[in-house]
Amino acid sequence: MREEKIATRQSFGEALEKLGEENKNVVVIDADLAKSTKTSLFAKKFPDRFIDVGIAEQNMIGIADGLSTFGKVPFVSTFAAFATGRVYDQIRCSVAYPKLNVKICGTHAGVTVGEDGATHQMLEDINLMRGLPNMTVISTSDDVQTKWAVEEISKIDGPVYLRLARIATPVIYEENQKFEIGKGVQIGNGTDATIFATGVTVSEALKAQELLKERGFDVRVVDIHTIKPIDRELIVKCAKETDKIITVEDHSIIGGLGTAVCEVLAEEYPTKVIRLGIPDCFGKSGKAADLMKYFRIDAQAICQLVVNGDGEN
Amino acid sequence: MKITSIDALKKIANDIRKDIIEEVYLAQSGHPGGSLSCADILTVLYFNQMNINPQKPDAEGRDRFVLSKGHCSPALYATLARKGYFDKELLKTFRKIGSNLQGHPDMNKVPGVDMTTGSLGQGLSSAVGMALASKMDSAGCRVYCLIGDGEIDEGQIWEAAMTASKNELDNLCVILDNNGLQLETSIDEIVEPSSISDKFMSFGFNVIECDGHNISSLIDAFNSARTKKGMPTIIIAKTVKGKGVSFMENQISWHGKAPNEDEYNKAMEELSK
Repeated sequence: MREEKIATRQSFGEALEKLGEENKNVVVIDADLAKSTKTSLFAKKFPDRFIDVGIAEQNMIGIADGLSTFGKVPFVSTFAAFATGRVYDQIRCSVAYPKLNVKICGTHAGVTVGEDGATHQMLEDINLMRGLPNMTVISTSDDVQTKWAVEEISKIDGPVYLRLARIATPVIYEENQKFEIGKGVQIGNGTDATIFATGVTVSEALKAQELLKERGFDVRVVDIHTIKPIDRELIVKCAKETDKIITVEDHSIIGGLGTAVCEVLAEEYPTKVIRLGIPDCFGKSGKAADLMKYFRIDAQAICQLVVNGDGEN
Repeated sequence: MKITSIDALKKIANDIRKDIIEEVYLAQSGHPGGSLSCADILTVLYFNQMNINPQKPDAEGRDRFVLSKGHCSPALYATLARKGYFDKELLKTFRKIGSNLQGHPDMNKVPGVDMTTGSLGQGLSSAVGMALASKMDSAGCRVYCLIGDGEIDEGQIWEAAMTASKNELDNLCVILDNNGLQLETSIDEIVEPSSISDKFMSFGFNVIECDGHNISSLIDAFNSARTKKGMPTIIIAKTVKGKGVSFMENQISWHGKAPNEDEYNKAMEELSK
């Protein structure tokens, strides 16, 4: 993990700009938030392939599905709350069901949106998108992985939800790191615990891994960048090899990464799972770091859990 | 292979009406009222207007059609079968388990269906996307989208309308099946519809009003739409829900109800006159 910090939405914007050069069928649609989602980079370079529909997300999804029937590869982007919740039925009926080649890119996911508060802190998007047949769900953790993901999902013929963050987080991977859709990335071989993380919580899990090492605990971190299809094999392997299973996500504990891990283990290797995430509640205003601490999805919370347990062991 | 004879087109529309009644009767489920009201519109589009080839349903430069009011699938299926996209026998499987003819049209199951629809208000945005794509590629496709008058309750219709006029989509032709009734009641009891034309005009549309059951009037409207440059067109087709079957005409109760055997026989008899 490097000192350098980049927000995955920034990496997304830069990757889209590059992709636009390589693939002339890529069209980007935004809903009046291009400066925030960073699709403005694409817009500046390829104005003929950029559409700002205004604050009309339902229409944005529909236009994208229409474009895709002509062989275009539309990337639609707005805040995760509006990219999924606001347009759930449009995605369900007009993208997922007909299996159209639309890439839905939700930036500003999770409580780490910060000051904007609950209406803008999308905590249910993984749950919503994961429940849709035909949908691939990706949640990236750093700059390198996000740039890989943008390129990679453009090659999949079908709907994808890409979840991105507002805040800058450490660059985790080297430029030459290999990723594969549906395959988690295991970092370390510790057997005291496995920490499954996704998105902004991966760097927190890695910080916790370092802190725990100083205290004599050897844990492994698994970056689950693909929530669907989930890496069943790796989850079961880790459950067999480690003493404790912890999941941590900037998302509701209902229906997100933790749930997905539980589903796999309940069916294949029943194991106790401790889920860190936003409990059954809405977010609130505050600074991103303070909110991560408040909701116990930061490195300290992970450390505490590994060291002290959850009091029920 | 465009059919220009008005009598021949009238006969096709009548055959489509018979198919609609049969589909809904055999399925004992479906939406006859709105299907019957758009039978003439679909006939003119598929047999006189659109640049399509049933042997090549996925041809790149073809014109597109989006049935935004997807519950009127019986009319679309009958039209496609009559046009030769698939065997007419399939109509008997409508809405039954294992059939490709789903309750609402599925583009991945039925040749000739250009967009999956069913959840109202979404098809016009898809059509706008298609019209934009055709413009980007200079593909020269015309995109037709049939919406219901109840459907314009949906806000997304107006979002799509704004994008269509902003982008001067003169290759987009919307048809509004103005039968005046929606599921619960008449459209004017639900929202004030007195000025559908004014509304679309103010949204930047070329508005054409016509008799949606008069073949010549429909042909004139579509031809006129082709010549209008720089803005999208909407054809407000005045129709009668349940058109062609006396006891179904203007009856809300026939929005989504299947005829029993007696009603089926009576309807077929009327349509065979």
